Amino acid sequence: MPWSRPQMAERLAREFQDGWIVNLGVGMPTLIADVPFGDREITYHSENGVIGYGPVAAPGQEDLQLVNASGQNVTLLPGAAIVHHADSFALIRGGRMDVTVMGAYEAAANGDFANWKVKGAKGGGIGGAMDLAASAKRVYLMLEHRTRDGTPRLMARCSLPITARGVVTLVVTELGLFAPTGEAFAVRDLAPGVTLDEVRAATACPVVE
Amino acid sequence: MARRSKVVADFDAAVAGIPDGSTIAIGGFAMPGVPFNLVAALLRQGAKRLTCIANTTGGAHKPRMPDIGMLVENGQVAKVICSFTAGTRASDVLPFTPYYERGEVEAEIVPQGTLAERLRAAGAGIPAFYTPTAVGTELAEGRETRVINGREVLLEYALPVDVAFIRAYQADEAGNLRFRRSQRNFNPLMAMAAKLVIVEVEEPILPAGAIDPDDVHTPGILVQRLVQIPPPPEGLWPVKREAR
Repeated sequence: MPWSRPQMAERLAREFQDGWIVNLGVGMPTLIADVPFGDREITYHSENGVIGYGPVAAPGQEDLQLVNASGQNVTLLPGAAIVHHADSFALIRGGRMDVTVMGAYEAAANGDFANWKVKGAKGGGIGGAMDLAASAKRVYLMLEHRTRDGTPRLMARCSLPITARGVVTLVVTELGLFAPTGEAFAVRDLAPGVTLDEVRAATACPVVE
Repeated sequence: MARRSKVVADFDAAVAGIPDGSTIAIGGFAMPGVPFNLVAALLRQGAKRLTCIANTTGGAHKPRMPDIGMLVENGQVAKVICSFTAGTRASDVLPFTPYYERGEVEAEIVPQGTLAERLRAAGAGIPAFYTPTAVGTELAEGRETRVINGREVLLEYALPVDVAFIRAYQADEAGNLRFRRSQRNFNPLMAMAAKLVIVEVEEPILPAGAIDPDDVHTPGILVQRLVQIPPPPEGLWPVKREAR
């Protein structure tokens, strides 16, 4: 059984260590904010300058002056702080992010990834992705293993314009958790019942144990 | 000592005299801190051949609020400088997109942190800086990089602007500003980078001195025009985005 998206979020979040500052990107990574961390202290940073935010506000309780990177009306936890955009990205470039979790179109075995421009488009959506990718201590990606038409998203080299070079630490898909090794993806974990052969068939480069 | 009030009567007075060809920076990130009322006034004012700087051209979400896309649709924009020139989803079609694809509007895409720092640098008298962001990407092709402390970094230039549109929570008559929650975002940086800073203010404008100097986010010396936002529906306020 491949993982559901909340299961992908839960599996990736298991990698977070006590005390980490975590930046969650737009889309799938927002699911990580729902994962309980027990004894681990995790602080969420959002690119728009919100440090220490908590769950999405209950309906009717939204503060319309407060959003995370995805534009969701989140809440603040005790100890939260607000800074402007230049300071927020100073924290990013300054190396304070222990991990950034982003969605992606493609992830490559050489550690490159692509998440800002699709084929044939004139425009793109970079947002904070290039700053985060260049300077976070770790870059985790959450993506579907294949496109809707079955094309692998994990490959030797990206076919789309990249967001950053050689930075990806871990990739979670519905099939498992993988680490790029240069020429291959190494399996760190597989979803229950998923076989190595299934992963290899869905991946456009070598997959190693 | 005399102190001239910076308060103007309404939004139309606030945007009066902005010439064609101006570079206008518009604050905000998602809903918070976007000067919707000033953008709406600029649509009425009609200045043309504008260069518009903001995080996004807007229009990906409902309900739609005044955005750069509307200025584009109104024929007022020559160029946009944004961190998004497409939506966050591949399936998004922004109102701006067809104009861009037909070549009627120019666009420069800039990583968000680089955009913030280019504005900050302009306001801080720093003509250029090096950053690791975008190294190795299509954005860095043909541009100057250097290796500093063993890391390849990309040269980026300051981004000075003519006019900044700002939305603040509180202001005093001296123009000192406070922002609330995530409405701060780009606003203080755009205020620093601009020659003319126009602010729409949510709370009634306070007498000078009513904001503790320690609590000022943007000092009044940067601000020229203040206008108070009337209650809805006359004034535009953030609303909850529809889920999609």
